[in-house]
Amino acid sequence: MLLIRCPYCEAERPEVEFTYGGQAHIARPQNPSATTDDEWRDFLYIRANPRGIHYERWRHMHGCGRFFNAVRDTVTDKFVMTYKAGLPRPDQAELEAARS
Amino acid sequence: MSTFRIPGKGRVDSTKPVQFLFNGKTYAGFEGDTVASALLASGVHLVGRSFKYHRPRGILSAGSEEPNALLGIDHGPGRVEPNTRATVIEISPGLKTISQNHWPSLERDVGAINDVLYMLFSAGFYYKTFMWPKSFWNKVYEPIIRGTAGLGKSPIVPDPDIYASRFAHCDVLVVGAGPAGLAAALDAGRSGAKVLLVDEQAELGGSLLSETDAGVDGMTGWAWLKASVDELAGMSNVTLLPRTTAIGYYHQNFVGLCQRITDHLASAPEGTPRERMWKVRAKQVVLAQGAIEKPLVFDGNDRPGVMLAGSARSYLNRYGVKVGDSPVVVTSHDSAWLAAFDLARAGVKVAAIIDIRPAVPEHLTTSASALGIEVLLGWTVTGTKGRLRISSLRAKPIDGGVAQAREFACDALLMSGGWNPSLHLFSHTQGKLEWREDAQVFLPAKHIEQSRCAGAGNGNFGLAKVLAEGAEAGVAAATDAGFSGTVSAYTVSDELDMTGVSSRELPTDKNPSTAKAFVDFQNDVTAKDIRLAVREGFKSIEHIKRYTTTGMATDQGKTSNINGLAIAADAVQRQAPAVGLTTFRPPYTPTTFGAFAGYSRGGLFDVTRKTAIDAWAQERGAVFEPVALWRRAWYFPKPGEDMHAAVARECKATRDSLGIFDASTLGKIEIVGPDAAEFLNRMYTNPWSKLQPGRCRYGVLLGEDGFIRDDGVIGRLTTDRFHVTTTTGGAARVLNMMEDYLQTEFPDLKVWLTSTTEQWSVIAINGPNARNLLAPLIEGIDLSEEAFPHMSVATGRICGVPTRLFRMSFTGERGYEVNVPARYGRAIWEKLIAEGQAYGITPYGTETMHVLRAEKGYIIVGQDTDGTLTPDDAGLGWAIGKAKADFVGKRSLARPDMLKADRKQLVGLLTADPKVVLEEGAQIVLDPNQSVPMKMVGHVTSSYWSVSLGRSIALAVIEGGNARMGETVHIPMPDGTLRAEVTGTVFVDPENTRLSA
Repeated sequence: MLLIRCPYCEAERPEVEFTYGGQAHIARPQNPSATTDDEWRDFLYIRANPRGIHYERWRHMHGCGRFFNAVRDTVTDKFVMTYKAGLPRPDQAELEAARS
Repeated sequence: MSTFRIPGKGRVDSTKPVQFLFNGKTYAGFEGDTVASALLASGVHLVGRSFKYHRPRGILSAGSEEPNALLGIDHGPGRVEPNTRATVIEISPGLKTISQNHWPSLERDVGAINDVLYMLFSAGFYYKTFMWPKSFWNKVYEPIIRGTAGLGKSPIVPDPDIYASRFAHCDVLVVGAGPAGLAAALDAGRSGAKVLLVDEQAELGGSLLSETDAGVDGMTGWAWLKASVDELAGMSNVTLLPRTTAIGYYHQNFVGLCQRITDHLASAPEGTPRERMWKVRAKQVVLAQGAIEKPLVFDGNDRPGVMLAGSARSYLNRYGVKVGDSPVVVTSHDSAWLAAFDLARAGVKVAAIIDIRPAVPEHLTTSASALGIEVLLGWTVTGTKGRLRISSLRAKPIDGGVAQAREFACDALLMSGGWNPSLHLFSHTQGKLEWREDAQVFLPAKHIEQSRCAGAGNGNFGLAKVLAEGAEAGVAAATDAGFSGTVSAYTVSDELDMTGVSSRELPTDKNPSTAKAFVDFQNDVTAKDIRLAVREGFKSIEHIKRYTTTGMATDQGKTSNINGLAIAADAVQRQAPAVGLTTFRPPYTPTTFGAFAGYSRGGLFDVTRKTAIDAWAQERGAVFEPVALWRRAWYFPKPGEDMHAAVARECKATRDSLGIFDASTLGKIEIVGPDAAEFLNRMYTNPWSKLQPGRCRYGVLLGEDGFIRDDGVIGRLTTDRFHVTTTTGGAARVLNMMEDYLQTEFPDLKVWLTSTTEQWSVIAINGPNARNLLAPLIEGIDLSEEAFPHMSVATGRICGVPTRLFRMSFTGERGYEVNVPARYGRAIWEKLIAEGQAYGITPYGTETMHVLRAEKGYIIVGQDTDGTLTPDDAGLGWAIGKAKADFVGKRSLARPDMLKADRKQLVGLLTADPKVVLEEGAQIVLDPNQSVPMKMVGHVTSSYWSVSLGRSIALAVIEGGNARMGETVHIPMPDGTLRAEVTGTVFVDPENTRLSA
């Protein structure tokens, strides 16, 4: 069972307190009606399936209830870092720092 | 009977005899014996029949790696467990054990015919033999093969034992309480770190328990062991867990431990759990799992009486049992010589030591000669004889040489192919292994977790090295966990340095096609099978494993994997590291389902949510059904009534006068804030801005994909406060979805969401007399038609307690939903029942609720919809706020596929025969005469007997259904095809006059 750091509670908690929320950084279009059918399809259904670094959404369901984002390595399953919803995708330097 | 017990030897307590049963016969042992040691003490080696060939099998080892000696154990009714290893089961008074996989008896087993027909059962036989005629596989061959192959029988009655589970945290978890683990735990414990020391055996000590030569710090090994265990037991920061197996090593130092608590006891206090699963999060882990001895691979190496030399030494030194009167040793490693020496010193005549090496350290041959043991160097065993126990062996020079083959009469053959570090837990973490060519072993290299390996499990053999490395690992682990300590130094005396070589299968002088040199004893895989698999094109070790099944039995190849790998590597002509090991998977040893289930069984398996009114329904004999995690009253049968009669009565009473229904399970979410209406505008299809306080609206919630997710009535209490209801099963899902959008897409909105499902008891009052019942009981709300019309909400008091009163209907009758704080639920319910007697008030359950709503065409999300229906498909297009620029799912409703005319649409069905009630889920076709497979155009979603109409009614989804009104469709059933007419979905009171009647 993984330990996950909730960026709002600022504490590591066991995985059972959390629920997975799909891929992160997929913003709902500001004006959906203005999207083409293909753009809307991509927003709805097209998701990444990387080997390695993956940006994901998690919710501290049985804790503070907040949604947050996480970087996880799909090879080792391990969390590299977590950060608050709305913050930008961490850059390479931040990932390296989190890993060391 | 214990003719093989040597008085004065071993650690068993000879003052405490214990009797147990094996195959119905009573055997005697002592406290401290395993079933295996007690049977061996009585001269019993034959304990089972092999998986495939039904060959007689004996006890191979003295530990949890045992592949052969699998017994069923019986501690009484329901306490039956198959496939337990005789080498780890402690004897207890009255324990019953039975051998497995034979008929009619262990000694005379008809299945042994397979041993003669071995050519039919080679590697991958199920792909090659028994192929003709084709139809025979399913009906004849497979049932027979499955019947004869296999292990013990599953228990057939529920397990009466209880199983516990707990979490634990520690600074240092030490796995294995042999010398390395003890040294690690001692130094870590002395540093003040919180230490857990676990060992799968009944007694802590590991290899020291079988070691009688070496001494530590001027004491005998056993004296040092006692002093060490006593010191550890005296430390308040150290927890000792014998009989506890570390079964799996998971992410971030999460380790599963299975502790066996009662099996070894004659009786345990009532309520004691049989086993306990520990879920440990350790800051640091020290793996001191030791090593497992490898068998040698030669023809007939599976005969009862052939066993691992180190295990024979354990039986002698730890249990005081000699495994035979005339043993022979065959080995490629020095350690087996010690078994011969110890046996000889105990008075056993060891016929010979056969070592496949041409030369061995001189001290061995010197000792052998002093003990009068014949030594054959550069020789090997080429075959064994004896039906149910080895009686003789044939030996020859390993290089084929000129020397004559020799026969040795023997009753035991002790073999050793060297020792292999136990890498299991390390490998669970995906730690990287490194091949050591000199020792022919894989060793732990790069650690992924916060862990260390020490001792034989790290490739360091010999007590001095093991103690030193254990102490170092203990201090290092404690230091990394934030403590500081010093590494203890140990002085070891009288220890011999052990060396050895590794071998593949040994040569035979028998016809190679009939030789059977076993690699995997439990799955009956021979060296020949592995070579055959390679010849047939399997090169990957993972494929070879699955094709031959080597290493796939319940022992997971503990004694066979490395031999299998060596032979496979030789056959594919590659080095062992290039071939690689197969994956190690938890659990380390077979673990009971009970231990995994823990407390989660029976009534504790899952939550049963009950409403405040549930107990009333139970007292009235209601029949319940599960709805999501809730249990709900399904119907209230009167004496003599079946479900049909009860539901018909409940329906009629509600439509004629007055029904009362516990609707408390409906999900309820309080949405509050200045932007509450805007939030609802964005979430639900309907418009909310203009809904006046005091009014309600039926809301439809879509996913972003445009499909219906949930529905429910939403009441506006004030401009900034809404009372949202959801489906019973959807409550948590809907709140999660709302939170998701609020937190991540609309964080600018000032809205708060609160689950209030369990805060309110909801009592639905339906029927023409609903207002007549309520009016005298309500204060502060004008119930007149003008002041409180259909789809209204108001706050007031009922019978003196606060209420949120809704005027709404899920039956088509005049309806009210009385929300009261849950603590008043039952009292108000009972008051309403009492006051309602004047109107024949009738409690009804979920079945009647379903019938009444279906008569009105009100859908149930999840029954009439299945995640592929849009509002239009479900006939709810009217609930879409056309003027709204956006809401969740709106864009998807304009996707091309959503606009197709042949989408499945919700319609009504009336069967041609009004007495026939269609089956829910039944498939619908347009042309009953088409050939099979027919084109299915939809299915029945709801179907009931309507007492109001005196006929059956149904709802269905049908492709292009809206355009098929009046058409006849067909429902093929096993006993004939039914006809039905497509209709609208409203069967009763389409004008809705009854809502205000």
